[in-house]
Amino acid sequence: MSDIRQTRKALATRILEGVGNASPSERRSAFNNSDLAEPVGTLVDKTARHAYKVTDEDVAAAKKSGLSEDQIFEIVVCAAIGQATRQYDTALAALEAATGME
Amino acid sequence: MRLAILDSGHGFGTKALFVLIRMVSRQPVLDVIKVVKYRVDFYGGPMSRVTHEAMRGPSTWSVGDRELMAAFVAKTNQSEFCIKAHSAVAQRAYGESKRVSEMLSDLDAAAIGEPLRTTLLMLGKLSRENTVDADDLRAVLAAGASPQQIEDALAVCFSFNVIGRLADAFGFSVPGPEAFETGAKYLLAHGYR
Repeated sequence: MSDIRQTRKALATRILEGVGNASPSERRSAFNNSDLAEPVGTLVDKTARHAYKVTDEDVAAAKKSGLSEDQIFEIVVCAAIGQATRQYDTALAALEAATGME
Repeated sequence: MRLAILDSGHGFGTKALFVLIRMVSRQPVLDVIKVVKYRVDFYGGPMSRVTHEAMRGPSTWSVGDRELMAAFVAKTNQSEFCIKAHSAVAQRAYGESKRVSEMLSDLDAAAIGEPLRTTLLMLGKLSRENTVDADDLRAVLAAGASPQQIEDALAVCFSFNVIGRLADAFGFSVPGPEAFETGAKYLLAHGYR
């Protein structure tokens, strides 16, 4: 599975730095789950920490705040990938600590 | 789904593909496919490359083991769509010799090797608590999993911590078992690309 680190990096680069409807800073904030105004902050935090708690109202509130559906799509994707990336990086660092790898 | 664009915002060619899928499979197009096929260049394309590599790329974990990991991560995240989808794939991959639903409900009693059991427990902690430490990884290594196997399992965990979140945040419909069986056949035959 030697390609996995490169494909993951390509994914993160695309969603954060490529062309999008949400601004790069909004996408980065969603990825990091930080510095987002309400109601988008709640939608992003729920997606990152317990996505099964996201409700119709959370998404409706994001739309009502002026975001387009495409912007919400991008922001939610960034939130999900950001949280999974933090988990992966934490576990990989723990594996390297356990095996004595640098 | 909570975003109308994910149901009906696809281009003409993709909509035609969905018609074909419905005709051939006689099942609804799964919401996960609608999301992967929406603006493929943004999410579906690069994510599918990650997931295909994790689930079907070279690894000493079997396809069934990796699908079981996917279902286990989904169970930890309480993502109903992904639990059902990947339980179906794992069951089909393993055949009748193992009962995936029983393994998911009682991991301690499951007839699986210790490397897989301890790896699943570690993935569960990572998904639930968002962290693991070196002692957690030493336990997996002591049970016989290799560092490469652990890294492979973490790649599976990554993919399904993404997809499960999208399933729940976007509000995927959960169809009947026939649709998941059709999806399982496809994923075993073609993978995630």
